[in-house]
Amino acid sequence: MSKSHLTRRGLIKTGAATGAALATPTLFTGAAWAQEQGFANAPTGDTVTLGFNVPQTGPYADEGADELRAFELAVEHLNGEGDGGMLQTFSSDALQGNGINGKRVEYVTGDTQTKSDAARASARSMIEKDGAIMISGGSSSGVAVAVQGLCQDAGIIFMAGLTHSNDTTGKDRKANGFRHFFNAYQSAAAMGPVLERLYGTDRKAYHLTADYTWGWTTQESMQAATEAMGWETVNNVLTPLAATDFSSYITPVLQSGADVLFLNHYGGNMVNSLTNAVQFGLKEAQANGKQFEIVVPLYSELMARGAGQNIAGIPGSQNWDWKLENQLGERYKGTNAFVQSFGEKFGFPPSQAAHTCYVQTLLYADAVARAGSFNPCAVVEALEGFEFDGMGNGPTLYRAEDHQCFKDVVVTRGKENPENEFDLVEIVEVTPTEAVTYEPDHPMFAGGDLGECNPGA
Amino acid sequence: MTDQTQHTAAGATTNRESRSTGGFLGLKGRDVTLMIVVLILTMAAPIILNPFPQGSSLAQFNAGYPDLMQRFVIFGILAIGFNILFGLTGYLSFGHAAFLGVGSYSTVWMFKLLNYNVLPGLVLAVIVAALFSLLIGYISLRRSGIYFSILTLAFAQMSFALAYSVLTPITNGETGLQVYTSDPQWLRAAGSPDMPHLFGITMRATETVRVGGWSFDFNFGYYFCAVVMVLAFYMAIRIFRSPFGMMLRAVKSNQQRMNYTGLNPRPYTLAAFVISGMYAGLAGGLMASMDPLAGAERMQWTASGEIVLMTILGGAGTLIGPVLGAGLIKYFENIFSKINDGVLHQWFAFMPDGIENALVTIVHPFVGKGWHLTLGLMFMLIVCFLPGGLVEGGKRIATVFRRDRKSGPVEQQAAQKRNAE
Repeated sequence: MSKSHLTRRGLIKTGAATGAALATPTLFTGAAWAQEQGFANAPTGDTVTLGFNVPQTGPYADEGADELRAFELAVEHLNGEGDGGMLQTFSSDALQGNGINGKRVEYVTGDTQTKSDAARASARSMIEKDGAIMISGGSSSGVAVAVQGLCQDAGIIFMAGLTHSNDTTGKDRKANGFRHFFNAYQSAAAMGPVLERLYGTDRKAYHLTADYTWGWTTQESMQAATEAMGWETVNNVLTPLAATDFSSYITPVLQSGADVLFLNHYGGNMVNSLTNAVQFGLKEAQANGKQFEIVVPLYSELMARGAGQNIAGIPGSQNWDWKLENQLGERYKGTNAFVQSFGEKFGFPPSQAAHTCYVQTLLYADAVARAGSFNPCAVVEALEGFEFDGMGNGPTLYRAEDHQCFKDVVVTRGKENPENEFDLVEIVEVTPTEAVTYEPDHPMFAGGDLGECNPGA
Repeated sequence: MTDQTQHTAAGATTNRESRSTGGFLGLKGRDVTLMIVVLILTMAAPIILNPFPQGSSLAQFNAGYPDLMQRFVIFGILAIGFNILFGLTGYLSFGHAAFLGVGSYSTVWMFKLLNYNVLPGLVLAVIVAALFSLLIGYISLRRSGIYFSILTLAFAQMSFALAYSVLTPITNGETGLQVYTSDPQWLRAAGSPDMPHLFGITMRATETVRVGGWSFDFNFGYYFCAVVMVLAFYMAIRIFRSPFGMMLRAVKSNQQRMNYTGLNPRPYTLAAFVISGMYAGLAGGLMASMDPLAGAERMQWTASGEIVLMTILGGAGTLIGPVLGAGLIKYFENIFSKINDGVLHQWFAFMPDGIENALVTIVHPFVGKGWHLTLGLMFMLIVCFLPGGLVEGGKRIATVFRRDRKSGPVEQQAAQKRNAE
């Protein structure tokens, strides 16, 4: 019955496998991911690879698509193709249009699916398989925080894309991570005075909040800013990020006694929740003898396009808007140069997500050029405390203590009568940098530690 | 007692006798070959999975980088465990992702509280997953068939919702549970690496060997997972061939008949459920050990569905099938999804522009974002034409080759065998 197949061939096979198994531990004496030059993924040939990790599916897919366009454009400009975009207006002239440090820029892309797990898997494959030296992109703070942690461990620079949570450069800040985009605290600081002017000091607010780090910190910041001017907070309801129908969350709002609804939602979430809110007649409703109002703390042209007419009159804040230089002049130079080359290539103006990703790519390349090395620690040193201009936001500082950029914040409002589908928001005012600056250890940002820069070797 | 039990007892004794007379670690015949094949495949994976030289246009089909190889074996473990339940008893659980997630969270918590050594985390992951599956199994197994599936699905979605929003102090919700520098890490020794390690060797330690144009990554984390998977696979073989495995098969073939012979199937099915839950917990713990972050998404129903797909794609009820299925799905997810339009244009660049664009348009929906579509089509074809999965496909191909040489004897043998039975 028992007929063993232990043949000579089988024995040799087993022997070989055992030998291999025994030999493997001796292979692990080398340092992790180290290469010739003492840091991870040091570019060896005449090219350098950047990794662009953006959501191509999920609620932030529109933003992701626009980010990819911006990356494509940035790489083109770095390699000296096209019209050069913001390279003409950028205050630093280290970039020559010959790639980065003479190495031609190539890139790989990945899909974050707006999920931390998937984003990290995608980033890991870019680092391990494609040898990416820098990871950028992302359109969700949950993802940004997760990928930033990964890059810190792997010794790769992370240039955050669209991430607005306080935690990215607060509680979860990392030495290898940098954020150009503004944050929830700055939104609240900029919007507070505008809301007071528009709606007065006696209001009751109801918050619908996306249930993750960005939603939490945005809600916290808005609540603090509005309560400081005398508003009352009635309720805060957390909604799942994956939700697509918000009617069940909207229904109780009118009965709650609130007269302002804060939609702490972004991307597809905000488009759906705002549409639901308008369908339920909240915009025309009266509460406490006042007109009911809706506020969207973080705004974008892409969302405005998705929400269509519903956006009219609703205030929000933005990192940047493509009309800035035309309407507010020379201070925001770089805007038109970027809008022009983006528009020529793709046929419509860029979103703020595209802008921040484009700028981040140029800033990274510039830091490498100024440092003269791709070594992450040299790049960190070059970026920390870096002051620049000509990137569309006016004079900007990359603060060394938390790797957050400080610049003006744009407060916008949905246009009542838009002239075309790209001109849906109007700029209400621009809040100067000083008004949105905070201490690195501000309570909303406390508990974080940059740690040491990690070159990965 | 009944005839049935005596029969199994007799079977067990013959088994034991044969074990002492021949075989290798209690394995016999084809199982030894299978075990050796699995051993060779896992140990040489960094070489086998990187068949194309770096820099060549086919290099993007290489799968031999640490992250993906780790995923292959981790999901292999998960599928092996799932197969012990589904393949043997026929109980289709739609909630296995919950155990995976629970395992991950346990391991990350051990990192946060003790230190970065993976062993305590893995042990806790298996224990917590066992308790969790005991609870869910005890309730769900009161029903069978579709009702069982729906119950497990409900429990898994409940766990997902809990992890996603209700239990955020424990799970950190959407952001995912991570280790911070401010965490206590009570057992942390000075100078020990600040990433998951096994007694000082980090899971990330990789030795890259360059041979000609080829580059092979030998990663410690991968080999750690691979050794765990080989052990898990060995355990699965032993369970499949044991009297206990026979009882599980009896549950699948006719539970009523089993009841009538005076046997209570529930202890057996519950044991199988807990064992497969422990496998899932182990896989989850390994996932967190390779990358110390646990997200709630890995508990979502789509993740549970993926496990079912892996098992069916590879061949439910076979030993090696689920591992192959897991590998195939992960390969599609990580490699096919990376093929974007730029790559397609490169491939078809030699053709005239019109044809090139037309071809890219045709292929476009099936690669990149559309990898799900390709996988779905393949799944459909396999279920329709190869109900036994990839393993059946392999067998059919093998038969074709055998027929060429000695077609007669094979069929004769089969006929003789049938007559003899």
